[in-house]
Amino acid sequence: MNRVQALWKSSVGKKAVMAVSGLLLVAYLVTHVLANLLVFQGPEKINLYSRLLHGTGGALWVARLALLAAVVVHIVAAVQLTRRSQVARPVGYAGGRRPQVSTLASRSIRWGGVLILVFIVYHVLHFTVGIVHTSFVEGDPYHNVVAGFANLLVVAFYELALVAVGLHLYHGLWSSGRSLGVSQPSPRPLRRQLAVALSLIVWAGFTVIPLAVYAGVIR
Amino acid sequence: MNVTLQVWRQAGPSAPGGMVRYEANDISPDASFLEMLDVVNERLMAAGEVPIAFDHDCREGICGSCSLMINGVAHGPNKGTATCQLHMRSFADGREISVEPWRSRAFPILRDLVVSREAFDRIIAAGGYISAPTGSAIDGNATLIAKDEVDTAMDAAQCIGCGACVAACPNGSASLFTAAKITHLGLLPQGQPERGLRARRMVEQMDIEGFGGCTLYGECQEACPKLISIDTITRMNRDYLRAAVAPVRAVVSESD
Ligand code: FES
Repeated sequence: MNRVQALWKSSVGKKAVMAVSGLLLVAYLVTHVLANLLVFQGPEKINLYSRLLHGTGGALWVARLALLAAVVVHIVAAVQLTRRSQVARPVGYAGGRRPQVSTLASRSIRWGGVLILVFIVYHVLHFTVGIVHTSFVEGDPYHNVVAGFANLLVVAFYELALVAVGLHLYHGLWSSGRSLGVSQPSPRPLRRQLAVALSLIVWAGFTVIPLAVYAGVIR
Repeated sequence: MNVTLQVWRQAGPSAPGGMVRYEANDISPDASFLEMLDVVNERLMAAGEVPIAFDHDCREGICGSCSLMINGVAHGPNKGTATCQLHMRSFADGREISVEPWRSRAFPILRDLVVSREAFDRIIAAGGYISAPTGSAIDGNATLIAKDEVDTAMDAAQCIGCGACVAACPNGSASLFTAAKITHLGLLPQGQPERGLRARRMVEQMDIEGFGGCTLYGECQEACPKLISIDTITRMNRDYLRAAVAPVRAVVSESD
């Protein structure tokens, strides 16, 4: 068995793969949220940004494929590890097991992940492909955003999914350093504060947009 | 004091089991949890019934034998103590208390509250040791070790192998146990030569035994009667990942 296979087979190796792919996706989300916030500056800037991205041609597709690969390995590892956990305790506690310290973010990481996956599929069909959009115009993201968030149900779904994204990011961010074995022991670790700050920024940045559109601030 | 117990009873490894209710009356609040079970068992035997089987040995928190899930919490409500160090005064009079064995596929139930923790022995056998030539003992002061490292190694060495980490983990992971051993040995100079190999072998064995992976819920360190930190898990991951990518020594003669 070669080393890559051995690493992938082990539970520790899979978590390392999840950490690396997760961090890559977070890095993307940070650029994504910053770019999205251009929508507050009117149609020109964000549409220009979109034209620049599409103008890069091959590079855009390389980035898309890299992100897709990260999503795929992240999910495959997560499914396999979840399966492993289920098999590890075939009979549960009759009186229930009472969680003592685990956070909502950690306990919702799996179902939150499923919700995020559903959301990503919808989101791509909504704003990239445009087939679930009522008046999609290729190359006019400003219009697509304004028209796309006219529906309250759509806005609600985005807001719900973004809560899952925020929680997922918080747990994933602080714990990824541990999965990779690089976190240093500390009673008040900086990684927790960084994880809170970054997940709040990403969550808030994405969250205000549908609300602003629905409230008529962006139109 | 009086308490009502709901105890998991199971006659054998493959027998069906279930929760059985027992009234434990006139129990001294100063009795330990295990002493309370002793009293219940004496009364059961006097009544001609089969006593409740549970693991115990030292009854002072150092052997790692006792192992009960009490009201859904490994080793009961108090932090940093094993079941044998838990006293009945920690419970309100008249309280109902559920008592169950550790639940893990790797810890098969032998009888009632007794599980087999041989999976832990096999993880230790896979690498939880230092290979040293025996012979006359060397001078204890000959190898100097930094105080910080000694303290961290000793913190990890406190692990008594009770299995509470597995029982409390939502994933049924044995990461804290395995990591405690890897940390304890990996911090000492004598543990260096086998450090990478040890981490690889022990993690592999942990997976083979069927324990779950680690999601860093942190439930294990809360349940640990020795308060071992999940920092050890980070060390285990580091040692394992380093060993996984480290170059292997190979003797090759490259032909043109
Ligand atoms: S009986 Fe020895 S640790 Fe509890």
